[in-house]
Amino acid sequence: MSSREFVLANVRRNQPAAVELPVLPVFERAPTDLPAAFGDALERMGGQLAVPPAEVSLDDFIRGRFPQASVICSAAPEVRGTFSVHDVREPRELQGVDVGVVRAAFGVAETGSVALGEREFGVNALGFLSQHLVVLLDPAAIVPDLHAAYWQPWFREARYAALLTGPSATADIEGVLVRGAQGIRSLTVVLAAEPV
Amino acid sequence: MTVPAGATANRVDHAGAASEFIAAPQHVEFHDRRLWEIRRKRDQECLAIPEWEELRRLASAIKEHTLTHLSDYLEQFERNAAANGMVVHWARDAAEHNQIVHQLLASRGMTTLVKSKSMLTDECELRPFLARRGIEVVETDLGERIQQLDGEPPSHIVMPAVHKLRGDVAQVFGRTIGTDPQRTDVPYLAESQRRHTRPYYLRDKVAGMTGANFAVAETGSFVVCTNEGNADLSANVPRLHIASIGIEKLIPRVEHLGVFIRMLSRSALGSPITQITSHFRAPRAGAELHVVLVDNGRSERLGMEDFWTSLKCIRCGACMNTCPVYRRSGGLSYGATYSGPIGVIVDPTFNLHKYSALPYASTMNGSCSMVCPVKIDIHQQIFRWRQVIAERRQLPLAKKEAMRVAGRILGSPVLYRAAVQAAATGIERLPRFMVYNPFNAWGKQRELPATPPLTFREWYLRNRGGKP
Repeated sequence: MSSREFVLANVRRNQPAAVELPVLPVFERAPTDLPAAFGDALERMGGQLAVPPAEVSLDDFIRGRFPQASVICSAAPEVRGTFSVHDVREPRELQGVDVGVVRAAFGVAETGSVALGEREFGVNALGFLSQHLVVLLDPAAIVPDLHAAYWQPWFREARYAALLTGPSATADIEGVLVRGAQGIRSLTVVLAAEPV
Repeated sequence: MTVPAGATANRVDHAGAASEFIAAPQHVEFHDRRLWEIRRKRDQECLAIPEWEELRRLASAIKEHTLTHLSDYLEQFERNAAANGMVVHWARDAAEHNQIVHQLLASRGMTTLVKSKSMLTDECELRPFLARRGIEVVETDLGERIQQLDGEPPSHIVMPAVHKLRGDVAQVFGRTIGTDPQRTDVPYLAESQRRHTRPYYLRDKVAGMTGANFAVAETGSFVVCTNEGNADLSANVPRLHIASIGIEKLIPRVEHLGVFIRMLSRSALGSPITQITSHFRAPRAGAELHVVLVDNGRSERLGMEDFWTSLKCIRCGACMNTCPVYRRSGGLSYGATYSGPIGVIVDPTFNLHKYSALPYASTMNGSCSMVCPVKIDIHQQIFRWRQVIAERRQLPLAKKEAMRVAGRILGSPVLYRAAVQAAATGIERLPRFMVYNPFNAWGKQRELPATPPLTFREWYLRNRGGKP
C-alpha cells in the first residue's frame, strides 16, 4: 500500500461523524471613508501613507522621499525608476535594489494590507530583497475587510498572492519591535489612481 | 538540558525541568510579564471586533466539518495542487517526511536549505536528519535561528526564543555569528542576523522550505503567515520550494480564510494581521514547488473520541500566553515539540508514557479554552488525559500515593471531616518539613494561606444549622 493510500484509508476509517459546513454570514459595516481607514490601519502596522501633489511626477516624488537611493527598480509602468523589473532574469539580481516600486491589485481597509502577486511584482523577490518598497494604490480599489478581500477573484488566479501589511518586522528578542527584519525596511503606500 | 532528578526512564519530568527555569528569577519574571502583555493585546484586538465570538463559532465549525470530511478534502487539495503544477508527496510518518525532503534536495545537488519556522519540521526532527547527510540547514526566523545556534528546541510555537533575555542572545550570537557579545541592544542583534542570513538565500544550490498555516482544498493552494520576510525570501529566491504541511491544515474554500486570517495574528500576537500573508497556488515560472502532506499520528488522533478536536488547532499560541503554569515554567520544561496547554493535550497522543506528567502541568482554570480561536475544550481534554493516565496507571509514585489517600478521604464524609478538622487545628503546629516536603508539590515555592477560624461545615452548622 502506498503512503498516500495508507494515510487516506486511515483518515477515512477514523473520521468522526459528519459536521455540517456553516454558511458564512455577511458582516454589516457602517459606511466609512475607506482610504482614511486604510491609512490608519497601515500606520498602526508600521507603514506610511503618502499622497503626491498633482504637479509632481511619481518618479520625482519617489526620489524625493528616498534621496539616498541609487537603485530604484520599478514593476509599475507609470514609474521609470533606474531600471524595470522586466529586465530581470533571476531573483538574485534584485539583491542591490534600494527601492522597489509596484502597483497593488487592491488594498484592505481593515488591516492596511496591499495585495501583491507575480503579476504585480514581475519578480516576486522584488517585495523582499529590496530595502524599501513603494506601493501605488488606487483609492478606488480598497475593500472594507478581509472577508471582502477573499471574495476577489485575484486569489484564484494568482500563482503567488501576498497581502503585505507594513514593512517586515520582528519582536523575537524581548518583544522589542524592530521594523526591517529580513525583508523590506519600510513600506510606503502612495495613493494614486490607476492610469486609464 | 540535563535530566532533572525525579524523571523516570523516558518520562518527561515537567516539574523538575521547570525548577531549572525558576532558578533564574529575572527570566521567569520577564517571561511571565511578556506573555501576559501579549494576552492583553490579544484581548484589546478581540474586543474591537463585535463579531469575535461568531468568528470563533464559525472557525470551530469549519474546522470540524473539514476534519470529519478530511479524506475528501485531502484528495481535492491534491487534485487541484497537481493541476496547478505543484508536486504533492504523502508521508505517513516523520521518517518518511525526512526521506522525501532529503531525496528532493540530494537528487538536485542542493547543499543548503533556507527554511522558515515550521513546528512540523521540528516535530519530524528534520534538521539533524539533513545535517547528518551533509546539507546545511539555516533557520531564517530570528527566534528559531537563535534556538538553532544555541542547540535548543523552540520554547514557544510563535516566539521560539521568548524565554531568553537580550544578554543571552548577545552571548549566543557572539559565540556563533561573530557579533560583540557585550552589545545587547536589540536592533543591533536583529540587524546582525539580517546581514548574516541574507547571503544564504543568494547561494548556488540552495533550496527554500516553509511550513503552512492553512491549505485550501478548492484551489490547491496553501497559506504562510509570517512577519519577518524570511519565508517569502526562502520561497521566492531559490528555484526549489518545499512546503511541509500537516494533514489537519486543510480548509475547504478561499472564503474561509477571511475567518481564520482575521483571528490568527490577533490571537497570537494581538496584531490585526501578520506583516506578510502569502498564498502559494502554483510554482513561479522556471521554479519547482513541492508539497509534503504529513500524517505522523494525525489520522490516529482523528479516531480518538475525546481528543480529535485538538486537530482544529491553528497554532496561534494564545493558550500558552494565558496559561499561568506555562508562563512560570517556560516551554522547554515540557520536553516536547508542543508545549503549553495545547502541547499538554497533543503530546500524549505521540507517547503516553513519555508525556504522562504533562496533563498535571495545569491549574485547570480553563483560560486556555476561553481564548482558543477555534474553541478547543483544552482544559476538558487535560482533565480527560488525567483520567486516561490514572486508568492506565501512568501516574508517578508520589502523585499516585497522594491521590490514593485523597481518594479514600474525599470518598468518605466521616474521614473527610476528621481530616479537615485535623488539618485546621494541626497545620500551624506541623513542623515545616511535614508540609514542605518532596511528596507535596504544592508546598514548593508557595506558602500556605493562614487557616480560617472556622471550617465551612462549622460555619454552615452555626449559621444555617437545621435548615437544609
